[in-house]
Amino acid sequence: MTVPRQGHDHHHHDHDHDHPHAEIARSERPGYYEIMETAVRELLVESKLIGPDEIRRQIEVLDSRSPALGAKVVARAWIDPAFRARLLADGRKACEELGVSFYDDTQLIVLENTEQVHNLIVCTLCSCYPRSVLGLPPDWYKLKPYRSRAVSEPRAVLAEFGTIIPDDVEVRVSDSTAMVRYLVLPRRPEGTKHYGEEQLASLVTRDTMIGVVPASLDAGRTAP
Amino acid sequence: MQGESCGGAKARSGIVYALGEVPVFRPGDRIRILTRSPIGHYRVPIYLRGKTGSVEAVIEPAGIDNEEEGYGRNAGEKLHYYRIALPMTEIWPEYAGSPRDGLRIEVFETWLERI
Repeated sequence: MTVPRQGHDHHHHDHDHDHPHAEIARSERPGYYEIMETAVRELLVESKLIGPDEIRRQIEVLDSRSPALGAKVVARAWIDPAFRARLLADGRKACEELGVSFYDDTQLIVLENTEQVHNLIVCTLCSCYPRSVLGLPPDWYKLKPYRSRAVSEPRAVLAEFGTIIPDDVEVRVSDSTAMVRYLVLPRRPEGTKHYGEEQLASLVTRDTMIGVVPASLDAGRTAP
Repeated sequence: MQGESCGGAKARSGIVYALGEVPVFRPGDRIRILTRSPIGHYRVPIYLRGKTGSVEAVIEPAGIDNEEEGYGRNAGEKLHYYRIALPMTEIWPEYAGSPRDGLRIEVFETWLERI
């Protein structure tokens, strides 16, 4: 691919930042699965089953999803009991109310953390994840140590995230494998009675909605 | 997700349901996850095959058998997934956590037997 020269010249390093660096280029050969993906994609396009624009568009769809959407859903559930009830009854429909579309046939079950139950989600087979509301999963979620240990020793895994669950609280692990995706509804932290919806949403991180940590008033993480 | 099954009330109205339209299992039913090892891509993890649990909920709507779909078969024929509850101690006899701890997983009707 030819890179057009626009405004700066790499030979003189007089572009926006002031440190020299090697040309950004790929040096390693593509791996087995990457070659396979390219081959399948090119075959599908060549056979006119899908077009390049559909692939690009789907990437845009995925890129438009992030934990901020899930946080919005959780914050609304915290302040609106009727919405919370609808969310627990049918996660997908309730998210759609807030404009979060589902671009596939998956259903969403929202798992409410309570004083008695702490929920954790995993996909032991691969990487099922509530992408519509959270975007792409973190790498550790897709790797074998988390996938195998979350269902066999969830308390040890939680402890490694700094989350200690008392013995009288049930740890409930949901393994998503087929048509259902899960989203954890964390408990609303104490001392947030006066918080507005947006301020509440700022407490809801990706990891709280996977269930590896509780939502908390982590002072310093976000601006007051 | 719902626990209702289509029982007597609708039957009295003379409606006949298609094969597979009505969920075979109901919440509270005791089940075993089948031990099968078919060739292909299967959505039931090996660590749960042969384990016993109970139906927590019927997942609506019914879905196609995506394992068959992988071979281009069975399009249009739908059955239910069920949210199955299993105690961790049933899955792992040496489970180290609290005996209250449990697992939930959705399993397609063809992988369940009543016990």
